[in-house]
Amino acid sequence: MLQLECPVCGVLADETELVPGGEAHLQRAGPDSTDDAFADYLFTRANPRGVHFERWCHVYGCGKWFHAARDTATLEVFGTYSAQTTAPPDDIVAAIRARRPEWEGPA
Amino acid sequence: MAEAMTALGGAATEGAIRVAEAPPTGMIALRADLSTRAVGKAVKEATGIALPRALRIETAKDRSVAWMAPDEVLVFCPWEKAAGLAADLSEGLGDTPHLVADMSSARALIDLSGPGWREVLAKGTPVDLAPGAFGPGDFRRTRLGQVAVAIWASGPERAHLICFRSVAGFVFDWLSMAAARDSLPGLWR
Repeated sequence: MLQLECPVCGVLADETELVPGGEAHLQRAGPDSTDDAFADYLFTRANPRGVHFERWCHVYGCGKWFHAARDTATLEVFGTYSAQTTAPPDDIVAAIRARRPEWEGPA
Repeated sequence: MAEAMTALGGAATEGAIRVAEAPPTGMIALRADLSTRAVGKAVKEATGIALPRALRIETAKDRSVAWMAPDEVLVFCPWEKAAGLAADLSEGLGDTPHLVADMSSARALIDLSGPGWREVLAKGTPVDLAPGAFGPGDFRRTRLGQVAVAIWASGPERAHLICFRSVAGFVFDWLSMAAARDSLPGLWR
């Protein structure tokens, strides 16, 4: 069972209290973009085996969205952080590097 | 005013604990940025209660204020005072962006009495209900069975459950079954 600490209310929430929101930090392709870029934005995901940044919503609790960094293969959670950011914060990146020295860094 | 009709008509069962629907209770949802001073002041003036900390509920006289989210509290009061209190809250907030709604009829309130309430709820919620982790004054939104509920611990042998009116029947039946006699391990007594 996956457990994530909601950074908004501080609850260590079970997976059953949460709703997944898919890959985090996607850059939206706007109206001026090509069809290919827009299709990529909509459908193409990194889907890595390893370190992954995700959006989650604490839907059965405080109802707020947040970000989580975890390993898709081992389910190890590196940390959770605010939804109001466009890139993983330094402390999360440092926590991942400490556990996964071979990690290539955020895309 | 129309006669108050609760979701279950005051149904009650006696098992390992007593599960009973509470009498009609006023419930007011207030949504506003709780970090702004104006909101705390308006809540204090209207209810006489300071804003609770996260995951807590504060009670004074016949009213309680529960923390629901960083931008939402739920105010409990006597049924007949709900409309007036909602108006007071809205007036006190004035131009501060907010939403006040009398939710008394939209939600159901179920009382659990007996020392086994923790073990009954633990059968269907992911919350850590051990006495040291969840105690009187704690208020937690979570899920029970498969529906959204909020758990309010008001005393060592007393808790309340808030759910949507539409699922009150399911929650009551679930609780009644979970509270079957001789079905609790008795670890937390």
